[in-house]
Amino acid sequence: MRGETSGSVSASQLRVATAVAEAVEDPELPFLTVKDLGILRGVIADHGVVVAQVSPTYSGCPAVSVIEDAVLAALTEAGFTARVERVLSPPWTTGFITDEGREKLLANGIAPPAVDTAEGSVEPFFSQRRVNCPQCESADTQIISEFGSTPCKAQYRCNCCREPFDHFKCH
Amino acid sequence: MAGNNTQLVSMLVQIADDHLILGHRLSEWCGHAPMLEEDLSMPNMALDLIGQARQLYTLAAELEGGQRTEDDLAYLRSDREYRNCLLVEKGNVDFAHTMLKQFYFAAFMKPFWQQSLNSTHKAFAAIAGKAVKEISYHIRHCGEWIIRLGDGTEESAARTRAAVAELHPYTQELFWMDPRHRSLVTSGVIPDVSLIASDWQSTVDRVFREARLSVPDVEYPLSGGREGRHTEEFGLLLAELQYMQRTYPGAQW
Repeated sequence: MRGETSGSVSASQLRVATAVAEAVEDPELPFLTVKDLGILRGVIADHGVVVAQVSPTYSGCPAVSVIEDAVLAALTEAGFTARVERVLSPPWTTGFITDEGREKLLANGIAPPAVDTAEGSVEPFFSQRRVNCPQCESADTQIISEFGSTPCKAQYRCNCCREPFDHFKCH
Repeated sequence: MAGNNTQLVSMLVQIADDHLILGHRLSEWCGHAPMLEEDLSMPNMALDLIGQARQLYTLAAELEGGQRTEDDLAYLRSDREYRNCLLVEKGNVDFAHTMLKQFYFAAFMKPFWQQSLNSTHKAFAAIAGKAVKEISYHIRHCGEWIIRLGDGTEESAARTRAAVAELHPYTQELFWMDPRHRSLVTSGVIPDVSLIASDWQSTVDRVFREARLSVPDVEYPLSGGREGRHTEEFGLLLAELQYMQRTYPGAQW
């Protein structure tokens, strides 16, 4: 079909392919697309093949291969001859999450990561990052555990409205 | 150049072995942790370690020329071919023992990855870029537990001291620089692990001071894993890790 018959990918086809790839949802946070997460690093054409470049969020994230399969399936279903390329460098950071992605996190009860984090810095022992409650916006919150239901999240509790919530960790 | 490539493959497999084996040991806690939060934390950290191992094995397999895959490296080598240090293969005893083992290793890997960020090997530097942030969480999590347990109840302090007495003799192997990998240091590909000792020591000192633990004098350092000589319990670990691929070669799901 589209990409296959011509032997090369036109600019307009590439735009369509990009839109298709961008719309793929994250399996663990289905309200976010790969575009929102900033893990779709590019969609390029290579000798008639659409190549979607995807970065893993965390080294051990079990969703990585699921996401790659989903991107490939979406492109194939849209009629493209496609493959997915894993891009490790430069490494993905939570700074790649788009503003829209951050708003969607908040709207879904997950406190988005801070934007100002220096790379690789983790505060000293027993100190706590200030995270506002996604429900009542109170700054009076408390960490329950730095590891949550997925590798990207920590568990917090709001001391004001008493709701527990997830925080998307800074990486 | 070909010689350097062989050394890099060997070094990558060595680091990957540390991560795979430590991650596998940690995963044994899944469903057995003393509290729900830890039942999430330990498998999460195990996932990090196994994920880092996969990236390292994959890179090693690529550099080797593609005859073997990450799975071949993880599942189809015999015990003598593994180059992980003995510390990471030590069997689980109790929660304090596991937290201390993880802490010792994380305190070593943090500076290792930090220095690897500037590696002249781009793909290796990229792996370091992810791993350095992940390992920072491990240091914090395990370090806080060592402080809580060491400076906790009589029971928790006694167990933590017992863990220190058992595991400390295994830590010196982390800083053993394999002469075969020396040229990788010269060419700026990997950091010199022997120079990481002081950084590691200051992290350990800081946590032990808060935990009211003392750093023991080690009379007989224990090592051998880096040269393929492992403990008896390593064979049992490998048997469990590999049985599926050994029984049903090529099995996938």
